[in-house]
Amino acid sequence: MSLLKVENISKTYSEHQALANVSMDIPKQSIFGLLGPNGAGKTTLIRIINQIIEADQGAILFDGIPLNLEHIRNIGYLPEERGLYKKMKVGEQLVYLGQLRGLSLRESTKRGKAWCQKLSILDWWNKKVEDLSKGMAQKIQFIATVMHEPKLIILDEPFSGFDPVNANLIKDEILELREKGSTIIFSTHRMESVEQLCDHVAMINKSEKILDGSKPEIKEQFRDGTYFVEFKEGEIKSGDGFELLDTEDIGRGLKRSLVQFKADGNPNELLKGLISQAEIHSFVERIPSMNDIFISLVKENPDLVEA
Amino acid sequence: MNKILLIIQREFMSRVKKKSFLLATILVPLIFPAIIGGMVYLAIQNEKNKESEVVQVLDESGFIDLKDSERYTYKTVEGSLEEAKEGFSKSEDFALIYIPDIDIDKPEGILFYAKTSPGINLVSGFESRVEAQIRDIKLTRSGLTEEQLDQLKTNVNIDSFNITETGDEKKSDAGFTFGIGYVMGFMIYIFLFVYGGQVMQGVIEEKNSKIVEVIVSTVKPFHLMIGKVIGVASVGIFQFLIWIVLMSVISFVGMAAFGLSMDPMETTQMMQQAGNEAASAQANEKVQEIMTIIQDIPVMKIVLLFVFFFLGGYLLYGALFAAVGSAVDTQADAQQFMMPIMMPIIVALMGLFMFVFEDPNGSVSFWLSVIPFTSPIVMMGRIGFGVPAWEIALSMVLLVGGFLFTLWLAGRIYRIGILMHGTKVNYKVLAKWFMQKN
Repeated sequence: MSLLKVENISKTYSEHQALANVSMDIPKQSIFGLLGPNGAGKTTLIRIINQIIEADQGAILFDGIPLNLEHIRNIGYLPEERGLYKKMKVGEQLVYLGQLRGLSLRESTKRGKAWCQKLSILDWWNKKVEDLSKGMAQKIQFIATVMHEPKLIILDEPFSGFDPVNANLIKDEILELREKGSTIIFSTHRMESVEQLCDHVAMINKSEKILDGSKPEIKEQFRDGTYFVEFKEGEIKSGDGFELLDTEDIGRGLKRSLVQFKADGNPNELLKGLISQAEIHSFVERIPSMNDIFISLVKENPDLVEA
Repeated sequence: MNKILLIIQREFMSRVKKKSFLLATILVPLIFPAIIGGMVYLAIQNEKNKESEVVQVLDESGFIDLKDSERYTYKTVEGSLEEAKEGFSKSEDFALIYIPDIDIDKPEGILFYAKTSPGINLVSGFESRVEAQIRDIKLTRSGLTEEQLDQLKTNVNIDSFNITETGDEKKSDAGFTFGIGYVMGFMIYIFLFVYGGQVMQGVIEEKNSKIVEVIVSTVKPFHLMIGKVIGVASVGIFQFLIWIVLMSVISFVGMAAFGLSMDPMETTQMMQQAGNEAASAQANEKVQEIMTIIQDIPVMKIVLLFVFFFLGGYLLYGALFAAVGSAVDTQADAQQFMMPIMMPIIVALMGLFMFVFEDPNGSVSFWLSVIPFTSPIVMMGRIGFGVPAWEIALSMVLLVGGFLFTLWLAGRIYRIGILMHGTKVNYKVLAKWFMQKN
């Protein structure tokens, strides 16, 4: 069941096409990674979902209903370019932003305080934003994004500016929000956080979607039949149906080689070939990381990282 | 609608809470009257202390006899022009007039020397004095006696009246209506810049703080702009109300301190008593006249029109200021777009001095006071002189149309501009944004 259905969205600015016929399903209660190089059209898509701009063509269904202004209440948005009113107090600011998302004054105050308590910044409630550190301002922005308990949370580079401790804190909050039923669209360039968090991934390049699916599916799709082999006594060389890519010494008399085999081949066949060459200590398939996938896509399309 | 209210509320509160607002609100009603009072005081002192200037007269014709006035005392000197000039340059005296032995029918060659370059009024003042003398001489020659001559001289004070549409006659006072027009027009001029500038600054701050993307994901950019414009306007009106209250209190206290009552009737009575006692009936009359003129000014009407034209003009220009703010990244970048906005405001103010005060009902005054871009300033400048109701109505309708138009125009630029960072913006880009679909 998908929470958000993007159907054939196109958007053209006066000179260039920002999105061409992009469709995707964002499953309920998932963390959906929206990837792509700079200038690919991610921000345009996010702005269309937030109804900041309108698509030229296509439709977006939110819970089966065409997206409309009522849904503002159900969306939380943390843009990449984000800020706060510097002269306002933290509390006033949170209450105001909560009210803009449709909370009552009382509810907004209550929830703002509860969240500040949770992220241990309640002491700053009456301080002006300009007196906060960047990390603290980031926390306020995060609270403002999620305090109205939206069904859909859109986070654009949520970890930039956080130290590792606070990044972890926010990561745990994101996972908790998913447990509680929220759906999260997560746009980032940091592949390690995609690896850690995302259930689904879509990638946009040059206004078109070039990849879409659940993380295991995509990994399956990008399996390339490479294996790590650790061995002693002997030498692994390219042989029947497989090719040696790399060998390195890893100490204790062990060596590790990276061997390329057919992606759909039976690993037993490879193993047979290897056993005849050396004493095998470990044998494991190399599952591509999201980073590998991203880079291999980049390599396939060298002009992809123009921006 | 609720969200616009929220935005207005935030704009209002965040400005009213500032220390600078408190300072301006308290200081303006104290400082402004103090400055005006101070200037009036100095002018009076200056007038009082001024000794009459001595003008030397070297009269070779022998029939010009200039009579001393309040400002000038005439001193006859003898000798040649060269000697007189030398004597004059050594003296402390103000000016030297040389009247050669002139032909009374063709008075030529009269010279005027002064140590500073004289104003046109000064010279023409002396001209008319000499002219009057020559006229008298000619009249005497034609056979009139001194007595007849004296009878011919009359001192005229023109009293001017306004006739209203209902046929009532009202004594008008050019100085007073001029003063009202001047103050009102100038206040609108200042308010347009002050509050318009605040809108622009607010938009630029919002854009630079990058919060705007979060805000426009919850409200339409147009609503955000409207909220900001109205929010600043409400601050202006609030401040204006405080000023009125404060100034009334201050002037009331001031009056009380000088033993005067605010009630004009009572004042008039007091004046009458004082007048009778002091037997300075003439002065009393003058005071009474001014009192009636003040009473006849339709204060309510002028205040309401002022509020209307201030708001109308502010909305019209505030929208444009907001559009400029949305298009640029810094205050400095805004300069290039300020010119076309400031132009009509300045034209209006210049028109006020060049045309309206000269000829309040002339065609230039009329057009400037109905065209929405200049009408707020010019109409308020004209209002004291009495403007036909239909002209006021036309001006008001056009002003409403005008600000609806600029709000629409500004909104189309604003919605794109506030999300654009680091773009080089020129008029072509603005036009593109304007045309761009959402």
